[in-house]
Amino acid sequence: MSASSGAAPQKMTIAKALNAGMRAAMEADSKVVLLGEDIGKLGGVFRITEGLQKDFGEDRVIDTPLAESGIMGTAVGLALRGYRPVVEIQFDGFVYPAFDQIISQVSKMHYRSQGHLKLPMVIRIPYGGGIGAVEHHSESNEAYFAHTAGLRVVTCSSAEDGYWMMQQAIASDDPVVFYEPKRRYHERGEVELGESAPHGLHDAVVRAEGSDVTLLAYGPMVKTAMIAAQSAEAEGTSIEVIDLRSLSPLDLPVILESVKKTGRAIVAHEAQTFLGMGAELAAMIQHESFYHLEAPVIRVGGYNIPYPPSRHEEVFLPDLDRVLDAVDRSLAY
Amino acid sequence: MSDDVVAPVATAAPATHEPPARDITDGGPDMVQFLDADGQPVALNEVNSPYAEYVDAIDDEQLRSLYRDLVLVRRVDAEGHALQRQGELGLWPSLLGQEAAQVGAGRAMRPQDYAFPGYREHGVAWCKGVDPINLLGMFRGVNHGGWDSNENNFHLYTIVIGNQMLHASGYAMGVQKDGMVGTGDPERDTAVMAFTGDGGTAQGDYNESLVFASVAHSPVVFFVQNNHWAISEPNDRQFTIPPYQRARGFGIPGVRVDGNDVLASLAVTQGALDRARSGGGPTLIEAFTYRMGAHTTSDDPTKYRIAAEVDIWKKKDPIDRLRKHLESKGLADQEWLEALDAEADELALRIRTACQQMPNPPHSEMFEKVYAEPHPLVEREREEFLAYQASFEEED
Repeated sequence: MSASSGAAPQKMTIAKALNAGMRAAMEADSKVVLLGEDIGKLGGVFRITEGLQKDFGEDRVIDTPLAESGIMGTAVGLALRGYRPVVEIQFDGFVYPAFDQIISQVSKMHYRSQGHLKLPMVIRIPYGGGIGAVEHHSESNEAYFAHTAGLRVVTCSSAEDGYWMMQQAIASDDPVVFYEPKRRYHERGEVELGESAPHGLHDAVVRAEGSDVTLLAYGPMVKTAMIAAQSAEAEGTSIEVIDLRSLSPLDLPVILESVKKTGRAIVAHEAQTFLGMGAELAAMIQHESFYHLEAPVIRVGGYNIPYPPSRHEEVFLPDLDRVLDAVDRSLAY
Repeated sequence: MSDDVVAPVATAAPATHEPPARDITDGGPDMVQFLDADGQPVALNEVNSPYAEYVDAIDDEQLRSLYRDLVLVRRVDAEGHALQRQGELGLWPSLLGQEAAQVGAGRAMRPQDYAFPGYREHGVAWCKGVDPINLLGMFRGVNHGGWDSNENNFHLYTIVIGNQMLHASGYAMGVQKDGMVGTGDPERDTAVMAFTGDGGTAQGDYNESLVFASVAHSPVVFFVQNNHWAISEPNDRQFTIPPYQRARGFGIPGVRVDGNDVLASLAVTQGALDRARSGGGPTLIEAFTYRMGAHTTSDDPTKYRIAAEVDIWKKKDPIDRLRKHLESKGLADQEWLEALDAEADELALRIRTACQQMPNPPHSEMFEKVYAEPHPLVEREREEFLAYQASFEEED
């Protein structure tokens, strides 16, 4: 993992950190190429690739035809030829035309070739709601991909993770679906541009230590969880916040250690709860630490409806009140 | 097929729109052909003359080796079919009738050229040097593909129709980035071939792959085997304009070749590959041929097509045609033909024996190579599985 060494920590947004992470990966390895719609001169609709085509050329930052399966399928071919494609899906709801290529081909190539073929590619998906967008622009579809063997699925919640996890995902020899919390793109944080990443790509990280309840969150919900922990503290409740970071694989030891300590677990995510990440976490936790639990694992998530028109999203998305309500319900057992 | 086809306009009156007549037996005046159904040379004309140089370059020994390939590939296929009927394979997709299209395309490829097949390309696999035994594994259920794609530049079979077309376009983009196009060095310049059938042309991925290749000007040759049937659906359910004419709409040249004429298939593919390797961009070849057997051993073509149609195509058999040609040139005497039959018998025996002896993989292998790097969940489930299996051994 190479990065500009010896530099002081820099304050930057998640958007800039992701950009800097890709830049570092492209400088380190000439086989890294970016593909997507509008990622060149425009720098992507969220400007995450801003300036990269100017500096690395049209040959490495490739504006593609407007066809998601085409982007994904050609990235498979490029990876088979020895490149490390980083694909941008413009919005979460636009990944579905590429779903077949991801599920049928990207996830299985290493397995079906008995390890002869590797597909080191990164699928970047800006995801989640809260930006007042029209339909198909606010979805959290991570469970589809976490459900699929052969894929790794990660998401960042801070600038530092954006910078480092992007480089780690690009360096991975497995295909990685990289979820970017679009409503947090402009959150600022300190990034240590050192020699090595502070965490492994698949490590869960305890963001706030606590003793009463374990609150599991990832991506855009980490900030909500941290605010919840601060609010609860004022009322005398100690919440431990775990940022999952990786959805496949899950860092189960860190999760279970915390739950054994607190005896209570709450999972908060934007996606619909039915068959979502929360369902898997609840099942794993009850199976692994049944006798440590003081309360059932509670899920706080989107309702089981299509993502609603944006005038509803403030009540559809789990907010501070709904998280704290879940904390109260857990403590009531 | 008329050039001025327009969409029917919806009216209140009953629809009078007639679908275009299905082009079932005659490839039309655009079809490149060098040998007629009787094995006689076709006179040079406007459509085949651009490829005459490739046919002229074929010497007698190459002619005989093309025939050998056709015969051996047909025997590989027949053996696959028989092994399925004997319960040794779960499924077999037969290429019967398409040998010339595949051998022509396969023999046109150079070692550095990379092929992306569907699942019926046993003839291309043969020409690329993949041992036919390796093709059986996935149909027997012991693996999903028993060869290393990079050893022979022949990708694993792809089951989802059309997926591989995009892989070919992407791989060709990589070839361009590697600077392996238009250098003038025949050992270096590289092209990619993508194979699908007429059913595949209806898929989104097929159409997207043509768009990507066209705008990137990639060194890829699309080889559509129009074998007239997509399982039980005739090709007029897949298109109203034949693939070679549709190519123009994507901005690339389309050529229809007689897929039952191995010389024409070889020559047209060589022309397209030369063009791709030299930086001329993609070409679409439609090999006009016929699937003589079932789609796979699972279906029954007597339920959906008439015997008379099959009889028409029997007379166009690619192997009979080349044999007649060889005989007319004095290149195939009885002794040589019998020796070839004996070679085919030996090959069949080798395939049958190897198939029957193919060991079942240990079950623990199903957990391997899911990921390139360790994944805790897969490793944990593998250990649980092994412990569970071991518990039976302890009981014994």
